[in-house]
Amino acid sequence: MMRFLLLFSRQGKLRLQKWFTPVTDREKKKVIRDVTMLVLARPPRSCNFLHWRDLKVVYKRYASLYFCTGLENQDNELLTLEVLHRYVELLDKYFGNVCELDIIFNFEKAYFILDEFLMGGEVLETSKVAVSVSVEEADTLQETMEEYMSKPAY
Amino acid sequence: MPAVSKGDGMRGLAVFISDIRNCKSKEAEVKRINKELANIRSKFKGDKALDGYSKKKYVCKLLFIFLLGHDIDFGHMEAVNLLSSNKYTEKQIGYLFISVLVNSNSDLIRLINNGLKNDLNSRNPTFMNLALHCIANVGSREMAEAFASQIPSILVAGDTMDSVKQSAALCLLRLNRTCPDLVPMGEWTARVVHLLNDQHLGVVTSATSLITTLAQKSPEDFKTSIALAVARLSRIVTSASIDLQDYTYYFVAAPWLSVKLLRLLQCYTPPEDAALRSRLTECLETILNKAQEPPKSKKVQHSNAKNAVLFEAIALIIHYDSEPTLLVRACNQLGQFLQHRETNLRYLALESMCTLASSEFSHEAVKTHIDTVINALKTERDVSVRQRAVDLLYAMCDRSNSKQIVAEMLSYLENADYSIREEIVLKVAILAEKYAVDYTWYVDTILNLIRMAGDYVSEEVWYRVIQIVINRDDVQGYAAKTVFEALQAPACHENLVKVGGYILGEFGNLIAGDSRSSPLVQFDLLHSKFHLCSVPTRALLLSAYIKFINLFPEVKATIQEVLRSDSQLRNADVELQQRAIEYLRLSCIASTDILATVLEEMPPFPERESSILAKLKRKKGPGNVPDIDDARWNVNGNGNAEQSESAEGTNKFSPSLMADLLPTNRPRPASSSPTMLSAGTMGSAHPFTDLLNLNSSPSAGASLLVDVLSDSSTPASADVSEENFSRFVCKNNGVIFENQLLQIGLKSEYRQNLGRIYVFFGNKTSAQFLSFSSSVTSSDTLKTQLNVHTKPVDPTVEGGAQLQQILNIECLSDFTDAPVLDIQFRYGGALQNIAVKLPVMLNKFFQPTEMASQDFFQRWKQLGVPQQEVQTIFKAKHPMDTDVTNAKILGFGVALLDGVDPSPANFVGAGVIHTKNTQVGCLLRLEPNTQALMYRLTLRTSRESVSQRLCDLLSDQF
Repeated sequence: MMRFLLLFSRQGKLRLQKWFTPVTDREKKKVIRDVTMLVLARPPRSCNFLHWRDLKVVYKRYASLYFCTGLENQDNELLTLEVLHRYVELLDKYFGNVCELDIIFNFEKAYFILDEFLMGGEVLETSKVAVSVSVEEADTLQETMEEYMSKPAY
Repeated sequence: MPAVSKGDGMRGLAVFISDIRNCKSKEAEVKRINKELANIRSKFKGDKALDGYSKKKYVCKLLFIFLLGHDIDFGHMEAVNLLSSNKYTEKQIGYLFISVLVNSNSDLIRLINNGLKNDLNSRNPTFMNLALHCIANVGSREMAEAFASQIPSILVAGDTMDSVKQSAALCLLRLNRTCPDLVPMGEWTARVVHLLNDQHLGVVTSATSLITTLAQKSPEDFKTSIALAVARLSRIVTSASIDLQDYTYYFVAAPWLSVKLLRLLQCYTPPEDAALRSRLTECLETILNKAQEPPKSKKVQHSNAKNAVLFEAIALIIHYDSEPTLLVRACNQLGQFLQHRETNLRYLALESMCTLASSEFSHEAVKTHIDTVINALKTERDVSVRQRAVDLLYAMCDRSNSKQIVAEMLSYLENADYSIREEIVLKVAILAEKYAVDYTWYVDTILNLIRMAGDYVSEEVWYRVIQIVINRDDVQGYAAKTVFEALQAPACHENLVKVGGYILGEFGNLIAGDSRSSPLVQFDLLHSKFHLCSVPTRALLLSAYIKFINLFPEVKATIQEVLRSDSQLRNADVELQQRAIEYLRLSCIASTDILATVLEEMPPFPERESSILAKLKRKKGPGNVPDIDDARWNVNGNGNAEQSESAEGTNKFSPSLMADLLPTNRPRPASSSPTMLSAGTMGSAHPFTDLLNLNSSPSAGASLLVDVLSDSSTPASADVSEENFSRFVCKNNGVIFENQLLQIGLKSEYRQNLGRIYVFFGNKTSAQFLSFSSSVTSSDTLKTQLNVHTKPVDPTVEGGAQLQQILNIECLSDFTDAPVLDIQFRYGGALQNIAVKLPVMLNKFFQPTEMASQDFFQRWKQLGVPQQEVQTIFKAKHPMDTDVTNAKILGFGVALLDGVDPSPANFVGAGVIHTKNTQVGCLLRLEPNTQALMYRLTLRTSRESVSQRLCDLLSDQF
């Protein structure tokens, strides 16, 4: 089971955090600081896995963003790399060639897509089609572009 | 700059985000945020009711601010309003806010729970999913209390949509992890297992995760899942990659589901049903075969997914630890990965091999990769890979390669990463101690450690080397010489000064004979380091000095001079000052005798678990110390009933109490136990000793008398010597009897129920023995149990010559008595009569039996009738040394089973007694208690008499 998922930039700016077990705010801040420092300090082409405290940390860099997760001891590292990859694919499919800015400006969408894919630290739906369909469905329940443009800007 | 807008964007939010991004400084950002917070607060408080859209937008802004790392203490109520809305987009944001900013305000929780309840009952799958997500994300106790009973029924209801089933399964899993007491098991559990048969692979995937978690806690309830999981797995591995459509990931069929199924199977032992077992073996073989096929895609995703399944399959094979062929194949596969160009695969191969190394079937196969692993240690660029290599070397170390591995680790230590140095130091120290045949090597290794990585040598390590040197007198001289030499280096680590001070203080006399290390030289050397050391080390050195005064009276004056100096007597540090004053006074007023008593050599330390091993365990967490003794128990999270049972058994054993209750085992005067001496009545003596609760068989006291008697030249002493009898329980060769005239040596060999003893009679005098005869007598009972054939011997034994006699032995059934060798001869006119009890014991007919822990516990259980078990608790008569005990148990004839007992300190063995009529299987367990200096020995065999006899024999050995 995954304990947490963090997305952060090369500068160490946190872009998304998801906690799958109850953690205090104080502890969250500590984990975020330690794990980002640990991962950012890794030389290029190192292996994607680390032991950290009692967890396995699995991370991968996509363009300017690091996708990083903490696993329990019995979890499968290689498949977790593919969990991260599948998430990137889903973001990509939704935003069309996703970039860091998409995630900054549409952070709530990034969370919604993640929720369709993972739950309680386990993979909920591994089919890309099924996840995309439910994300799209949710979107159809929302406003049109015209409605959007007519909204007040402040 | 708003980047997109797909679906529902919130323009105000996008503008706010770009404002924040445009802030040039942290202060500007904080200012902008405070402005926004004030704005939102006023909107929320304002008289005008906000529409849904604005509420959503403001709540989203709050969320963004929170995620930037600022505290948010309002907005929860608005979020709850949103999640109660009927509009999907509002509901979604409301739930997101609540999930991210969990709040424990109970009024609020009541409102949230209310919203959740409405959504769960709405029969709208989208809303139900949102609610389930929220419960899983928050997962608080209050929520679990409110919904834990409802979710199982949603999960197994026939009309629930697939996507809701998936969410319900994982939501339940989450609640079960945080509040297992609130998730009731019940009728639904059986139906959950059947979800493994579901048409929808997404449902099966979620259900497998749930079942795995539940099965770890109550394996019995979910046993039926094994067959379903194997069937499902088999269908996946044999399917063509396109069959599973969207569940095929980069040409790999359902990798997530496969891994989860393999994980589920790891909650159990191998299936008992043969057909099922062979089907599973086929699956595992197919997975291993696929690894050799050319890849279907060059993409890394393909190889990752494929290898993820492969590694999980290997994990299952290692967990079962029962199929030697699969284990060896797994090991070979990992061996290939060790040289793979993908760093990730090398890392994982090293990690998996660590667990493989502790299996008896694959330990040897793992060892063949030692060169590759050593090479990895030297050439890997990535420190985390090198660390795995260190772990693996540690795990694969045994007596045969310990020197090489320790040497490699030591040389790696010199340029190892600072982050892992301490761990390597601990590992080297443990290996050096564990596999030291020759303790000089151990001492050298530890001193090297201190020299190369003194800062990382923790106290435990240098304490341990001192304990060992004190306990082993064969290495003390060497240790003194070596530390003396090491201290001569111009700069040496303070830890070396500590070890040096302690060892020279105790054993400096052993090297004082050499003028190059005369007492004065030793003292000057130590004292030259004094001023560079910290207070605790100086205190230790002062103690070494006073010990010197006792060892070497000739340096007394010099040392008193030093103690008397102002820098000692008026030292600012209280401890140092006090030591200097007290030691000085002691040296002045105490007589040599008193000094010698006070400053006597340290007594041996009681044997206990190595402090460094304990430290390594603490450092890595109990499950993470690979190998050597107990890793396998911890790897499998699911406790096997026997394991916990036996572990409890150990705890219940309260040694100190027992020690008080049991009479001590002091040897009694020979005269008070005449039964011990009469020939052929050994067996009948036992009820007597048992009655007294004395667990020792023949007492050592008896032999004294025999010696006296046989030394005298009075003839016809028929007393049977059994002085050395018990020494032969665990060995086959040696001297069984010796007096001034005659020495009798034995060499024996046993195979199944047959044995042969070569008896050597040595004439120690220069005169002839005449009318020499030697025959074997047995009691009547024994005659029906044991056949002994002797060959007649030459009647004359020349002075200084040796005579050989061969005895052939056949064991017919189990027995307790021992045959007696009667020897008669004339020496100088007097007739000599000697009787020696022959060390032919039941355990000589053992054949060792290797077995896996699971088999062991199964058989142990089968021998559960009270009469089949014999147990005794007794005081240790010898130092409690693990290696010696190992050797004794092996010598006793059973196989020593490593990794069976949950406590590494205990010994477990198994063997079969061969007699002509029958074979008797035997299991034994010996639990040392090093604090109380006691042992508990338990034997289980199918025969009461055998258990008792073996117990009597073995319990006398420690």
